[in-house]
Amino acid sequence: MKNDTFKLGGKEFSSRFILGSGKYSLELIKAAVENAGAEIITLAVRRTNTKDTENILDYIPDNVTLLPNTSGARDAAEAVRIARMARELGCGNFVKIEIMKDGKYLLPDNVETVKATQILSDEGFVVLPYMYPDLYTARDLQRAGAAAVMPLASPIGSNKGLATKEFIQILIDEIDLPIIVDAGIGKPSQACEAMEMGAAAIMSNTAIATARDIPAMAGAFKDAINAGRRAYLAGLGRVLERGAEASDPLTGFLRD
Amino acid sequence: MAENLFFVDSEKLSEKALEKKHRLEQDPSSRRDHMAYMEGMERIDSTIRDKVIAEMNQYDYEKYTDADVRRALNSERCTVEDLKALLSPAALPYLEQMARKAKTETSKHFGNTVYLFTPLYIANYCENYCIYCGFNCYNDIRRKKLSYEEIEKEMRVIADSGIEEILILTGESRTKSDVTYIGEACKLAAKYFRNVGLEIYPVNTEEYRYLHECGADYVTVFQETYDSDKYETLHLLGHKRVFPYRFDAQERALMGGMRGVGFSALLGLSDFRKDALASALHVYYLQRKYPQAEYSLSCPRLRPIINNDRINPLDVHEKELCQILCAYRIFLPFVGITVSSREQKHFRDGIIKIAATKVSAGVSTGIGDHESKYKGEETTDGGDEQFEISDGRSFDEMYRDVTGEGLQPVLNDYVYV
Repeated sequence: MKNDTFKLGGKEFSSRFILGSGKYSLELIKAAVENAGAEIITLAVRRTNTKDTENILDYIPDNVTLLPNTSGARDAAEAVRIARMARELGCGNFVKIEIMKDGKYLLPDNVETVKATQILSDEGFVVLPYMYPDLYTARDLQRAGAAAVMPLASPIGSNKGLATKEFIQILIDEIDLPIIVDAGIGKPSQACEAMEMGAAAIMSNTAIATARDIPAMAGAFKDAINAGRRAYLAGLGRVLERGAEASDPLTGFLRD
Repeated sequence: MAENLFFVDSEKLSEKALEKKHRLEQDPSSRRDHMAYMEGMERIDSTIRDKVIAEMNQYDYEKYTDADVRRALNSERCTVEDLKALLSPAALPYLEQMARKAKTETSKHFGNTVYLFTPLYIANYCENYCIYCGFNCYNDIRRKKLSYEEIEKEMRVIADSGIEEILILTGESRTKSDVTYIGEACKLAAKYFRNVGLEIYPVNTEEYRYLHECGADYVTVFQETYDSDKYETLHLLGHKRVFPYRFDAQERALMGGMRGVGFSALLGLSDFRKDALASALHVYYLQRKYPQAEYSLSCPRLRPIINNDRINPLDVHEKELCQILCAYRIFLPFVGITVSSREQKHFRDGIIKIAATKVSAGVSTGIGDHESKYKGEETTDGGDEQFEISDGRSFDEMYRDVTGEGLQPVLNDYVYV
């Protein structure tokens, strides 16, 4: 556990909690980051620098890696444009791709996301695509140069937990990239469960933003994510099957 | 480790040939570098061999305990560490539990089905000296290469028996059985069978593509042993000596458009636990790279050959073989597992209820003798067999016995596109 760092895009992090910055007041960001122990924080490019007095960048501690996202993009071309703007704004070369064509459910468009991933990784970005957990898309993203894959646990903002658990497990088993569970994680226990499954990190925003005490909830998530990671590394114990063993042996035919 | 006595000198060999044979057997420096490619052999860019060999070399099966085996048996998904525990000596007392878990996995993916097929050897000429094989170039056997007319006649006899899947085999001689000859055999097979597989010498990607276009869609290559140092002492002469070219054969076959590929070590040649691990990992890593392909594993044990009836599988008894097959099934629930007529009836009848999904029927490993075997007609000019089989059941008998075990025989589930 001591040397268990999270490597992403050529950087090493000791925290496996990626914090969202939307949905709560800028004054609380600093406390949330500190309590969460977060070293990566996302920000929507479209939210930056709206007024001189409310620049989110002024509220984020310097030692935290910025992860600008492309929210608002409706196709690959728009996402690519937003990513380039983020880099020009001095947000570094990390980018989280979010492409949604549906304003009601805000589900990611996997096809457009693969296209944007290819273009941006070719341009030297560290690309973290948000996606609907689909094995073929995950493979396409890996081929396209993604640095990690970010499958959703349930609809964004819903706090409904690991609705896509079976499919996220498939990605963890089959894809040779960090799997960062993003969207829908509503409680620390759900974050813990995803980490026990072998997820590399958790991204959460709404669960914390909608808590009664935002900094305290950030701390609770930190503990849950650490516990899940430790359990994963320790190797989960066995689950006993129900029912008795049949007495008729299957291997009775063996001779020598 | 115990060893087989493989070396047999034929009286028909000239003094010069004998001298060369003995030198190859006794003086390692007289043998060419088995890791160096020969002219014309394609190299592909792949890291799979390095991964498999590194895992195999690190595998210390004595360190696994009861607790490791129980953990592997009780976890929902089988990791590489779990596989290593299941292949270890510590798992032998848990064979019945392994069989139950394997049976559950088999039925999840295959239901009650068992596929039937037959092999057809079309030539037994060979340019290699593989010391355990009946076809080896120094062994005094009757050699034969079927003409196209003879191939078609054999195929008609086999197809008339009801079999729809055929596996075409040759000895490993590019000179006597060239790719065009094998391609023509595939074209003939495509007329009589729904599924055509190949078990021939490894070839280059473009040659696999040509054979695919001729109608073949499945390529099986046995690595024999994954321990390259041991491999070197078993394959003394010929192109088969080149270890890495053989290792990459399945990948080239997939690159050439084949639908599926088969793998195996020949158990009894080397440390079987390490070979079983490497075989399973060879499939595992290739599957991650080519997830669209079909994969299968076989489990041949050494058998006696003509002129050497002492060859045996040493410490790989039926229990160990069963352990390996259960471990394969638990680790790779989706792969086909083939059990050939090298094994006896009681074993094959038992293992199809646990892990195996494909068995051969109506088998001859000789050349051109199906008519005599299937119809009782005399053949006088056939070629000798590669090894002695242990289960001579005909297609009809096998179909009846599989049904009798409560399983569903399947002749074909495949369409060539």
